[in-house]
Amino acid sequence: MNANVTELVVFALLFLAVSVMGFVAAKWRRPENIESLHEWGLGGRNFGSWITWFLVGGDLYTAYTFVAVPALVFGAGALGFYALPYTVVVYPLVFLVLARMWSVSHVHGFVTPADFVRARFGSPTLALIIAITGLVATMPYIALQLVGIEAVLKTMGITGHLPIIIAFAILAAYTYQSGLRAPALIAFVKDTLIYIVILAAVIYIPAKLGGWGSIFDLAKAKFAASPAPGDGITLNANNQLQYVTLAFGSALALFLYPHSLTGVLASKNRGVIKRNMAALPAYSFLLGLIALLGFMAIAAGTKGVVGANGKVDNNTIIPALFDQMFPDWFAGVAYAAIGIGALVPAAIMSIAAANLFTRNIYREYLRKDATDAEEARVSKLVSLVVKVGAVLCILLLDPQFSIDLQLIGGVIILQTLPSVGLGLYTRWFHKGGLIAGWVAGMSAGIWMLYMVPNPANGKAHFGGSAFGLSNLGIDTKMTIYAGFLALAVNLIVAALGTLVFRALKVADGPDVTSREDYFADEGDPKVKDLDLAASH
Amino acid sequence: MDRLLIHASEGSMTTGEPGRARSDRSPWNWLLVLPIVLPLLTFLFNADEPRLLGFPLFYWLQIAFIIVGVGCTTIVYRMTK
Repeated sequence: MNANVTELVVFALLFLAVSVMGFVAAKWRRPENIESLHEWGLGGRNFGSWITWFLVGGDLYTAYTFVAVPALVFGAGALGFYALPYTVVVYPLVFLVLARMWSVSHVHGFVTPADFVRARFGSPTLALIIAITGLVATMPYIALQLVGIEAVLKTMGITGHLPIIIAFAILAAYTYQSGLRAPALIAFVKDTLIYIVILAAVIYIPAKLGGWGSIFDLAKAKFAASPAPGDGITLNANNQLQYVTLAFGSALALFLYPHSLTGVLASKNRGVIKRNMAALPAYSFLLGLIALLGFMAIAAGTKGVVGANGKVDNNTIIPALFDQMFPDWFAGVAYAAIGIGALVPAAIMSIAAANLFTRNIYREYLRKDATDAEEARVSKLVSLVVKVGAVLCILLLDPQFSIDLQLIGGVIILQTLPSVGLGLYTRWFHKGGLIAGWVAGMSAGIWMLYMVPNPANGKAHFGGSAFGLSNLGIDTKMTIYAGFLALAVNLIVAALGTLVFRALKVADGPDVTSREDYFADEGDPKVKDLDLAASH
Repeated sequence: MDRLLIHASEGSMTTGEPGRARSDRSPWNWLLVLPIVLPLLTFLFNADEPRLLGFPLFYWLQIAFIIVGVGCTTIVYRMTK
């Protein structure tokens, strides 16, 4: 029990320190007036390369990364390593796309992806669909961050939901006050702690376990002995397609999440974004190492903490490994890294969700003439509501399969790709075609997820994102990432729908962006006070 | 597309080089395809041997792809800025 006290004290001190930082952040790079979404929601749209690197890194590589990816590697082996190719593929993939998104948003003052769709396709309905998709995909993602904190607290012997509620109440308070400046400042601490902990872990733990070779050999032996067909330290014939489509589909989805875009839009010019596309893979290297902690846990014979339901909680594997391997004070530091690692993305996600509500629902449908200050006020309140929602998610849903929640969110957010991603390149799609494609993609995606069982917990439906091709009448055990297939359905229907609507001469919406907008940079003129509501 | 071109030629915004529309096209961009495709070719790395520092091929080669990604994006950034 003494051990837990040391861990807890270190954890609590670091947690308190960043909470203070969160409140102080309101005064950091202080604007004349924080009462607008450009200030509260995007930190003044003026972050340079370093701040953006910490902010976006802190945003994308979450507590989920720390806890769920190695837990998946621990349970399934090679398949869990998809997180690495996923984050290698994503940066070259979006290198040009994000620069365009930044430029057009800079010119028109967009704060959310739905703002862009509203202006590009002239359809309030399509924009609403994009906004709601973003909200629905983000909610479980915020909840996932709570799972990260909970896993750490459980390992320290603290049970019950009260500590999480307190942690989120503090987070909600300083996000309300400081907006995006809070996670931007805290990200420096979070990322530094994570780099220290992981580099220490990959040097110190293998030395104690007899080297990397022996770690992989022990993992191989464990998977060889297990009856599950899909595990192993390499892939098999049936899960390679799943591995590739999951990595590629997740890469396509990452920057469609509203919170990823928030970090991008907060940077001050195109160069900052492009430089970061080359520098952010440093986090991917870290992620690869984090994934391998799962194998170390196998080699060390780590046992997860038994949860309230009597089952072992796999999410506690990595905290338990730290507890087993590190001296108590350093385990406390590692736990704090995970805990703070949850706060940064949770803050950014709640800001992004709040901005979506304010810009694309409140301003579009409730108060067309809302002032900047009113928008900021609404966003601040909604960011509180969103956090309450996330806490409820955790209290009401089974947290053990947090990674699946995130995967479902990924399937959903991918359905915005034709409007948001392809929309940056072409206006060819008809707004009606895009809506039809979204409906088809969502239906297909949800149906596929419904068809996925999870033998590990006995669930018959929504057990993951690996869709068996046998469901389509193909005689095979191969699986594919449901989101990937759903996106294909979406694209086909959107294209066919566009042809049909054009043939029927159904009116398309106006496009208020121009070609030059997509290449504008810092200092170029902006369209002031773009009134999204005025163009009907 | 015509509408877009008209916009560009009208020069509705005053930008750097008058008369020449800005663009993000460049042959260097093709270099970005390499780090997108390589990590998706499982036949390249789906094996235990040869090992490097105890790491099976599956792990060390995929980690090495990060370097390819950083290299390609850095080159494209430098050559097109």
